[in-house]
Amino acid sequence: MNYRVEQEIFEGPLDLLLYLIKKEDLDICNVSISRITDEYLEYIHLMRVLDLEVVGEFLVVAATLMQIKSRALLPDEEAAEEEEDDSAEALIQQLAEYRKYKEAAGDLEQRELCQQNVFSRPPGREELDSEGEILLDVGLFDLLGALSSVLERLKEEPVTEIVQDKTTVREKVEFILELLLKEEKINFTSTFAAARSKVEVIVTFLALLELIKIQKVRIKQAGQFGEIYLYRHQTTD
Amino acid sequence: MDDSELRQFIEALLFTVHDPISIDRIREVIEEVEPKRIREAIVSLQGEYGGDKRGICITEIAGGFLMRTAPEVSPWLKKFHQIETREKLSKPALETLAIIAYKQPIIRCEIEAIRGVGVGHVLRTLLEKKLIKTMGRKKAVGAPIIYGTGEEFLRHFGLASLAGLPEVGNLEVKDGSGRAQEENRQDR
Repeated sequence: MNYRVEQEIFEGPLDLLLYLIKKEDLDICNVSISRITDEYLEYIHLMRVLDLEVVGEFLVVAATLMQIKSRALLPDEEAAEEEEDDSAEALIQQLAEYRKYKEAAGDLEQRELCQQNVFSRPPGREELDSEGEILLDVGLFDLLGALSSVLERLKEEPVTEIVQDKTTVREKVEFILELLLKEEKINFTSTFAAARSKVEVIVTFLALLELIKIQKVRIKQAGQFGEIYLYRHQTTD
Repeated sequence: MDDSELRQFIEALLFTVHDPISIDRIREVIEEVEPKRIREAIVSLQGEYGGDKRGICITEIAGGFLMRTAPEVSPWLKKFHQIETREKLSKPALETLAIIAYKQPIIRCEIEAIRGVGVGHVLRTLLEKKLIKTMGRKKAVGAPIIYGTGEEFLRHFGLASLAGLPEVGNLEVKDGSGRAQEENRQDR
């Protein structure tokens, strides 16, 4: 089947029927099927002219409607009449059932609308630490910014001693974890306090990235551009 | 923990969480307090926040409690936080969802019989949004998939439980997948 246009106006044949019944101001319980058949067919014709997608279900209902109508036109024969009543009644019952859920859907729509005007705390955007400070998640740029200011400060100190850098990432990983054993949280800058050279700072930074990656350390920031803190990740261990 | 301490703690707790929190979850940290007292404390807080012109209210959603903003202030909140109006469900999606909510557990051809039109793509959308979920297969020809409302359903519509669905016509909620409903009842 060709799915070109999603027609929103009449979702299905029952929708169209309900619409026609409402338009004619008819009561669903004693609607004359014959009366709305012509109009139904006209709408289907129009939908085709407009190149709207007319799904098979529309045609099935159209056939049922025409069958009911043609039976009604036949000379009165008991059997035929009974059969007409049956299929007409079945259709009306289906319509009544469908209308209930359509109303329920309308109610859900109202509720959905209300919900769109109500807000709760967004997940994980803000957390409070034990001192009541609002903490934000830290992005890579925040970290790089903090690193560059550490490096900046290092530059200011004159070199008085030349030492060979032998620090490894593994050592620094252990160093940071040890710091976090002593305290619940540590200041980003103080992590680098012991570092005496640029290489050592960078190695420490790499260790920190590694710890974040393996989720041993969590970092949070006190407000945007605020101080960055390292925390032990509570879910591990 | 006396009543005022309990209320103080629960108020603070509700302030910090972003998902509805059930009485059972609250009890995990204060085991000694009976569920009944916790509920009373929440009701008392609700009364306080329910007063005139408060910006926050405490609502029961999906079997838990949550602090939320009052609907009246939404125009300014949306402006401040630059929140776009969220995507709404389409009419077919809402109708299908209504049928599933009221008649669950239900299979696809039963839904289609009511709506008089195919619901394949609608079901997929609803599944993706977790508004409905599959509940196994029916022991019938072709083993059709059984559907029920999903975890997001109650939250999306701000309902405390499936029992909170309004009565429409003579529709009744079948007690099919009312897990949230069950938990809720245990709380009381």
